Amino acid sequence: MAKRSAPEVNAGSMADIAFLLLIFFLVTTTIETDTGLNRRLPPIDDQEVEPPIIRQKNIFTVLINGKNQLMVEDELMELKDLRQAAVEFLDNGGGTGEEACSYCQGKKDPKSSDNPDKAIISLKNERETKYGTYISVQNELVAAYNQLRDRRATELYGTTLKEMEANYKDVNWIGNKDALKEKIERVKIEYPQKLSEVQ
Amino acid sequence: MAKFNKKKSGELPAISTASLPDIVFMLLFFFMVATTMRDTTLKVENKLPYADQIEKLDKKDLIMYIYIGKPQEAFQGQFGTESRIQLNDKFADLVDIKAFIASERASKREELVPFLTVALKVDENANMGLVSDVKQELRKENALKINYTTKKGDISENR
Repeated sequence: MAKRSAPEVNAGSMADIAFLLLIFFLVTTTIETDTGLNRRLPPIDDQEVEPPIIRQKNIFTVLINGKNQLMVEDELMELKDLRQAAVEFLDNGGGTGEEACSYCQGKKDPKSSDNPDKAIISLKNERETKYGTYISVQNELVAAYNQLRDRRATELYGTTLKEMEANYKDVNWIGNKDALKEKIERVKIEYPQKLSEVQ
Repeated sequence: MAKFNKKKSGELPAISTASLPDIVFMLLFFFMVATTMRDTTLKVENKLPYADQIEKLDKKDLIMYIYIGKPQEAFQGQFGTESRIQLNDKFADLVDIKAFIASERASKREELVPFLTVALKVDENANMGLVSDVKQELRKENALKINYTTKKGDISENR
C-alpha cells in the first residue's frame, strides 16, 4: 500500500485559541474571600436564670455610637488606642487572695479587673453604627486577646499560639498532638475570650 | 536611490514565539483551577471590610451565606437604597431567614448539621441595626456559629 503522510495541522492559531479561553476565565474568575472573624452567638435560654452579679470594675464597656465614635469606660477614645486599653484591662490582675492572677503583668490596679477569667468586655452598638466600624472594633478586641495569649504561650512554651494551632491542624506534624492540645487549652483557659454583646 | 542597508551582522535574532502557547496554556490552567463559579449572583453591593485577626474558613460546603448591603443600581428603583438582605438569588426579609436556615439544614447530611456556619457577608457601609436583627434571628434558629467575612488588611482601610 502506498503510504500517504497526513498533512501537518497548522498549530499557528493555537495561541489565539488559548488566549481566548484565558481571557474568558480571567473575566469570569472571582476569587472568593473565605476568611473572617469567627464568633459564637449566645443561645437564647428561656429559663429565667438570675444573671450572676458582676462587679462594675470587672466590666470593660465599649460603646460605638451612630456617628462611629468610640466610648470606652465613659471616655471618648480613638480606635487606635483601643487595643492597648483592652490589653491593660484584661491583664490588670488586681485581685487578691483567691482571685489573684499569678501570670498577669499588668498594673495590678485595684480599680480595674481582678483577673482575666473575671474580666468581661461588653460591646454595645447603636442601630446607626456602620458595619465597617463595628468590625474594626471587633478586630481590635480579638487582637487584644490574641496578643495576651501569644505572650503567655511564648512564656510557657516558647512558641506563639498561632503556630501551635497550625501544628495541631497539620497532618504531617511530628509530635504529641494530645500534649499540644492540652497546651493550647491551657493558654485559652488562662485568657478566656469573654466578649459580651448587648442586645 | 533607495538602497537598503545590509543587515549588520551580529544583530539579535528574532525571539522565538513557539513556546507562547505553552505559557498561555499554563496561565489558562491556573485560572481554570482557581476559578470558583459564583453560584449566586450578587444583587447587593458587597464591599467587605478589612480585618487582620482573621481565621480561614474551611469546608466550603458547610457554609451558608447571607449577604447584606445596599441594592445594586439596577435594583434600586424597585427596592430602594436602604440595606437589604439577600439569600441565595433573591432579596429577602428577616422572616425568610428561618426558612432559609431550615432548607440549608435539610440539604445537608444530619451528622454535618452542627458544623454549619453562617457567613455574614455584609457591606461595610451597612448599618448595624439590620445586622443585629439578623443575628437575633439566627439565635432564634439556634444557628450560633457565625463568621463575619472580611478581607485581609489593616483596619485603617475601613472608612
